[in-house]
Parts: sequence; C-alpha cells; structure tokens
Amino acid sequence: MDQFIVTPLFGDDAVHWYTPTNVTLWMALTVFAVAGLLIYTTRGRAIVPSRGQSMAELSYGFIYKMVEDVAGRDAVRFFPYIMTLFMFILFANLLGLIPWAFTTTSHIAVTAVMALAVFLTVTLLGFILHGAGFLRLFWISSAPLPLRPVLALIEVISYFVRPVSHSIRLAGAMMAGHAVAKVFAGFAGALGVGAVIPIVAVTALYGLELLVAVIQAYVFTILTCVYLKDALHPHH
Amino acid sequence: MESQVDELEAARESVGMPQLDFSTFPNQIFWLVVALVAIYLLLSRVALPRIGAVLAERRGAITNDIARAEMLKQQAEEAEAAYQKALTDARAEASRIIDKTKVDMQEQLDIALQKADAEIAARAAESERRLAEIRDSAAAAVEEVARDTAREVVSALGAKADGRSINAAVTAQLKGGAA
Repeated sequence: MDQFIVTPLFGDDAVHWYTPTNVTLWMALTVFAVAGLLIYTTRGRAIVPSRGQSMAELSYGFIYKMVEDVAGRDAVRFFPYIMTLFMFILFANLLGLIPWAFTTTSHIAVTAVMALAVFLTVTLLGFILHGAGFLRLFWISSAPLPLRPVLALIEVISYFVRPVSHSIRLAGAMMAGHAVAKVFAGFAGALGVGAVIPIVAVTALYGLELLVAVIQAYVFTILTCVYLKDALHPHH
Repeated sequence: MESQVDELEAARESVGMPQLDFSTFPNQIFWLVVALVAIYLLLSRVALPRIGAVLAERRGAITNDIARAEMLKQQAEEAEAAYQKALTDARAEASRIIDKTKVDMQEQLDIALQKADAEIAARAAESERRLAEIRDSAAAAVEEVARDTAREVVSALGAKADGRSINAAVTAQLKGGAA
C-alpha cells in the first residue's frame, strides 16, 4: 500500500493543504501530458495532420461526438468541461501505470471531488433550467399510478447514490489493479527462479490495466454525459 | 532517528488504507482543483479552439476541393465535347473536299474523253477519205489498164476499132461487172 501514500516532495513535514506532495508532481505531469497531446502536437495546425495531431483530433472528435450523442446537441456548450475531466482522468490513469508512479486517481478524495462536482453541477443545472419540473425526473409518468411513489423513492435513492458509485468505481479500479500488480511483483521477489510465472502474470496484468485505465476514463466521462442529459432533458 | 521513522511507519500502518487518511484530503483536493483549472484553461483557451478551427478548416478545404474537382471535371467534359465537335467538323470537311475532288476529276476526265473521241473520229474520217481516194485511183487505174488491154486485144485480133467505141464498151463492161 506504500505506493498510495501521499508524501511531501521536500522534507518530511506534515502534509498541509498547500504542501507540494507527490500528488502535486503527478498532477503537474498530467497537465503537461494533456498539454503535450492537445497543444504541442497541434502547433502546426496542419490540414494534413501529423501522427500526434491526428491523435489530438481523434480524442477531440471522440469526446465531442460522445457529448453530442449521449447528452444532446445543446450539451455541446459543456464540452470543454467534459473534455477536461476525460483528459485529466485518462492521463492520470496512464501516468499512474509507470513504475514508481503515484496514481492520483486511485484516491477517493480525488475522484469524489470530481464526481461531486459533476453531481452538483448537474443538479443545479436541472433546477435552473426546469425549476420544480426537474423533480419529474423521479416521477415516472409511464408507470402505473400506485407504483409511482415507490419508483420515485427508488429513483431518488439511486440519484443520490450516483456520485458515490461514480467516484468509487474509478478509484476502486485504479487501486485494485495497482495493488494486484504489487502483490504479483512481491511473489516474483520471493520465488527466485520460479519468478517467471509472476513476471508473466504481471505483464499480462499490465496490459489489462492499460485497458482499464482507458475504459475507466471513458466510463467516467460517458456517465457524466448521461447525468448531463438528465439535467437538460429530465422528461424521459 | 530510527525510532522516528518507525513511529511514522506505525502512524501510517494505523491509518490502514492511505486512501482513507483524511489528513491528506485537503492537499489532494487543493492540487486537484489546481490541475483541473489548469487543464480547463489550457483546453478552453488554446487546445479546443485550435483543434476545432483545424477540423473546420479541413472540412472547408475538402468541400472546396470537391467543388473544384467538380468544376475541372465539367471543364474537361466541355473540352472533350469541343474536341469531338472539331473532329466531326474536320471529317465533314474532308469528305466534302473528297467529293469535290472526285467531281472535278470526273469533269476533267469527261473533257479529256470527249477530246480524245473527237480526235479519234477526225482521224478515222481522214483515214476513210484517204482509203476512198486510194480506192478511186485504183478503180481508175483498172479502167485504164482494161481499156489499153482491150485496144491491144482488138488490134491484135486485127479488127479496127476506134478508141471511142472501145472506151464505151469497156466502161459498160466495168459497170456491168460492178453491178
């Protein structure tokens, strides 16, 4: 579990809110990686894109289309926010896979803040756009009348569980993968010549973790789009 | 020093999962907000407008290129049509010239043939005339010879005959022979 400990970069003092820690370092690297992909590669503004620019354009088009398809055309104004979330999570996950790296997204504090930000934004937006009409999201008018209060209760509960599942899914996936990799690596150290087996296992696991890193970023983003759709169009 | 490290380790152990060490939460949240704001500013100010502009420009360029290709294709078609028209015109002109030449040659040939016919006719007439002349002179010669012969024959027989009656008799004989 050492790999998840937040430590100050300089000295060994207590961790204050402003202390530069390994969190600071790896988040800064995440920012640089995002800037590297989306700004450095596109500096040529080429009509015929380079490989890097192509990747930047693909990720742009991917998220843009996701926002448009899932949350609707009028959700496009939230595209920069959703793109910010996606790029941050993607690169935090990927950078976390570098050996000795610190995975910022494996911390519930980080994912919870993002999930709560999404939750609060979406909820406020729903009430601002639709007023009390937003509450109709919980009142399933297509269900039989006697069933509706029960369904409304379930809907309300599931609505408030959203940020919890939203944040724990990401942090959990990241933490579990890294912890398992660490355990296998520990076996390798203990087995001597037989270490081949855990090394192969860690290699396979690493490939899986690469997949998970991208998929979790995708899942977090698409759920954000789904919640956004509820706020913009609460009538089912 | 050793004990201090041990204490620190012990403190960490006692917390259990580092994720639930609430003392680090303010730090993480602060730096997270800094990172997210930084990324948001970079994306919304620089990256997204730039990529959006590039994509729009490319779409525009492709549309333009397609339009230009359409135009060039149309021009090429027009050029081909003009070429075909020129070709047809040239063929028509050529066949017209050929026809005209044929007619001219036919005319010249006819004239030459007429001339040749006329000359042949003239020459034939001339030949005929000369043949007639020759025939006439031959006939005259025959009469002369016949007369002389007759006179000699008459004189040899001892009869006396004047030249006039002998001539008349010969002429009558010749005419009768001819008849």
